[in-house]
Amino acid sequence: MSVVNRPSNRPLSPHLQIYRWQLTSVLSILHRATGIALSVGALYLATWVMYAAAGPRAYALFQDFNASILGRIVLGGWLFSAFYHLCNGIRHLFWDACYGFELKDAYRSGWIVVAVSLLATVLSWIVGLRLV
Amino acid sequence: MAEFTLPANSKIGVGETYKAAAGAKNIKTFKVYRWTPDDGQKPRIDTYEVDMDSCGPMVLDALIKIKNETDSSLTFRRSCREGVCGSCAMNIDGTNTLACTKYISDVKGDIKIYPLPHMPVVRDLVPDLNVPYAQLASIEPWLKSDSPPPTRERLQSPEERARLDGLWECILCFCCSTSCPSYWWSGDRYLGPAILLQAYRWLADSRDEAKGERLDNLEDPFRLYRCHTIMNCTKTCPKSLNPAKAIAEIKKMLVERTV
Repeated sequence: MSVVNRPSNRPLSPHLQIYRWQLTSVLSILHRATGIALSVGALYLATWVMYAAAGPRAYALFQDFNASILGRIVLGGWLFSAFYHLCNGIRHLFWDACYGFELKDAYRSGWIVVAVSLLATVLSWIVGLRLV
Repeated sequence: MAEFTLPANSKIGVGETYKAAAGAKNIKTFKVYRWTPDDGQKPRIDTYEVDMDSCGPMVLDALIKIKNETDSSLTFRRSCREGVCGSCAMNIDGTNTLACTKYISDVKGDIKIYPLPHMPVVRDLVPDLNVPYAQLASIEPWLKSDSPPPTRERLQSPEERARLDGLWECILCFCCSTSCPSYWWSGDRYLGPAILLQAYRWLADSRDEAKGERLDNLEDPFRLYRCHTIMNCTKTCPKSLNPAKAIAEIKKMLVERTV
């Protein structure tokens, strides 16, 4: 039997464990993570509406949670997820039309997406607090 | 389903350390993945101290020096030593590249060297490339034509020829495919960036007459559409080609033929 066809006890070479993290892969996995976060966040919004429907006392209970540290982290994270997924989705639309594939363009658009989604998160948080 | 951790037989242990000769002043440390099918042991990392004052500038120079002077059992592929054959593709300092065109001085600190990621290891730095080669055969990488052969060459305009630039230069080192997380998790069904760039090379050829058939073969949730535009492929290509763009062009051709 040739070496090539030998039944395999061959190890698998390391991958995630050793591959250097870089903007390309980090933003890609972040796109998927924020997509999942948005799905979970939709359930959170639905729960919010249910508490509102259950009357003022139940609603106040939910609002108390929103105002807590954990609640703020959840809301802030959901907000960032929404903006990041939106901005990076637009980046994907450009890619679908075959624009922005040069490496320096992909890096530039990547950093723009990060900056815009952070900025939009902070701005809408401030505007939201003013409206309260 | 994606397996994010290594199987039990692939976990990496600590190996031996080979000190540089006494009196060496300019030492660089190389940490190299080792595995042999002969002793039943798991993979390990051996550490080699190399005297840079008597070593060439490239990572491949250091590997050859180690093999010649320190440890003749160290196994790796190499041939042209000038970036045109693609044999010495490996993971150096966390990204895939050719050992022969990677400067030792470009790496800060110890130089870690592994085989191309998420492949079965034949020995040391030699991965089993049978699957990507079979995938290459599956896209039928040759000119296909139904029209009668002309009495002379099949001519192209300079513009038609220019569309092949950035495609024909691929040396099939598989740095890109093995940098791609999608290829790690679905490499048995997803063709991967190297093969899809080759597929586009024939789709883009004005002399080829099998465009429809080629697109039919690619239109598949796994073979083509496991590409999620992560762009690790373009980032790592040692020839500065753009597999991500070639894949996007294929996707665009598929859209265009339906509208």
